[in-house]
Amino acid sequence: MSGLYELVFKRIGMGLLTMLVISVLIFVGVEALPGDLATAILGQEATPENVAQFRKELKLDEPPVKRYFLWLGAFMRGDLGNSLANRRPVAELIFWRFKNTIFLAACAAVVAVPLSILLGILAALYRNSLFDRVISMATLSTISFPEFFVAYILIALLSVQVIIFPSISNINDSMSLGQKIYAIILPCMTLTLVVMAHMMRQTRAAIINILASPFIEMARLKGIQRLRVIVLHAFPNALSPVINVVALNLAYLVVGVVIVEVVFVYPGLGQLLVDSVTKRDIPVVQASGLIFAAVYVSLNLLADVLSILTNPRMRNPK
Amino acid sequence: MAVFKLLRQSPWSARIGMAMIGLNIIAAALTFTPFLPYTQTEVVGDVWLEASRDNWLGTDHLGRDLFTRLMWGARNTIFIALITTALAFVLGIICGFFAATLGGWTDQILSRIIDILMAFPTLIFALIALSVVGTSITALVVVIALLESTRVYRLSRAVAMNIEVMEYVEAARLRGEGIWWIMRREILPNALPPLVAEFGLRFCFIFLFIAALSFLGLGIQPPAADWGGMVKENAGAITFGILTPLVPAGAIAFLTVGVNLIVDWFLHVASGLKD
Repeated sequence: MSGLYELVFKRIGMGLLTMLVISVLIFVGVEALPGDLATAILGQEATPENVAQFRKELKLDEPPVKRYFLWLGAFMRGDLGNSLANRRPVAELIFWRFKNTIFLAACAAVVAVPLSILLGILAALYRNSLFDRVISMATLSTISFPEFFVAYILIALLSVQVIIFPSISNINDSMSLGQKIYAIILPCMTLTLVVMAHMMRQTRAAIINILASPFIEMARLKGIQRLRVIVLHAFPNALSPVINVVALNLAYLVVGVVIVEVVFVYPGLGQLLVDSVTKRDIPVVQASGLIFAAVYVSLNLLADVLSILTNPRMRNPK
Repeated sequence: MAVFKLLRQSPWSARIGMAMIGLNIIAAALTFTPFLPYTQTEVVGDVWLEASRDNWLGTDHLGRDLFTRLMWGARNTIFIALITTALAFVLGIICGFFAATLGGWTDQILSRIIDILMAFPTLIFALIALSVVGTSITALVVVIALLESTRVYRLSRAVAMNIEVMEYVEAARLRGEGIWWIMRREILPNALPPLVAEFGLRFCFIFLFIAALSFLGLGIQPPAADWGGMVKENAGAITFGILTPLVPAGAIAFLTVGVNLIVDWFLHVASGLKD
């Protein structure tokens, strides 16, 4: 058992190290800006006073290494600095939007994960049938489509041709949960369609892989129903790859949400990041980039830890 | 002649894929000729006109001919995606082969750096990088090529590892050939089939990536026509029931499906399976 903990801790340590390196990269990236950051952002016409004020604000006069630790330390305490565009604290800007992004991603996950596992199991059960082919063609094409194509098709069908759902997902705190869910149905559907393909195909492949094993043949020879064999015998053994692909897709959901948020004008972190990149609002870009990276890295970490836990063979790496 | 034989035996799915790509190449090539009635920036009529004899797909949000812009978009987007993919492959293959043939510390250091770069979501990384260096075509190409070269590195290193232990590489080493010669003359020709298939897939990813960035307003800048940007520009039309933004978005899907069909066939041929 101790070997197991050691493996999990090692993996968590790797994750933390990755985060640290990513924070250095984000910091150095801004540092490596050709020319002076202050003049680059304020423009050529900036007065010397403006430039001096700006340098003081971003603490540009300190040595880089000291500045990195100041920045990281402040970040840990939740002080993300002030936005360059509107002077408001970054933490205030980000917190509410991050909550919205998580809400959207979570809603999409609640629909997409059970649905794609179910479809994957069904496709494995009726493999090579018409049902399987139709599903695999449909999922394959959603992989090739850009997210905004799926999004605009849904808008054209469900909010213009037939007016059922709103095409702009504006939500605020005064709305009830039901109203919020109604507002985000279309972005939620888009995300579901985009991530489902991958999860469903992996589930199908993992189960079919297991179906070739002798113990499945044994179960079949005992006369157990096909559905029962798949759900009770094959699926638990396919759990490790399935969990892995689910976690990877959750990570993708949180990050891939950027484009969908822009399409539906949803007030999330991705939209803020894109706006700030256009405005070159560096503190906001740094902070939201780091948060996205943290979510992505920790979900990947979770995937690895869970697959170590669910697969006894991985506990004793050769 | 072998190429013609292979083409004659190609399945219908690959032929459809070739036709889809061919159509795009013809569209892109036509923009170099003087036969087009309009240019990509010329205003030819009212905003969001219906399709007509003069404007085959109608006009866009500024009254420019949509069909012309679609063809120019093919030229701009495909060209930039091709350059980016090529750059990513040159970088990734050189680093990957070096890591595989040298091994030891070179391999360790390169692989750890790549691991960390790959742990970072690409879209977010590109957004941060573009916010720092600003949006220009050069920045776009370099940033995306760097990010995608990590994936190429992984593959080319893995493939080269398997080839590097072959007797003929050993023989070349004993002959006293330099590392550059071994990489170029022994490993590269034998690693080609998986790398070519990967080139198709990577091209799709990069193409979608550029389209996404242009859609976000950070890729190819207007007034140059680009499919992702065209979707964004015309997005407002959709609420009036005008399907203009779906046309360039559909063109993106059309091209990626076409490339995927050919890659599938190529993988099938390269794996040596007989039906």
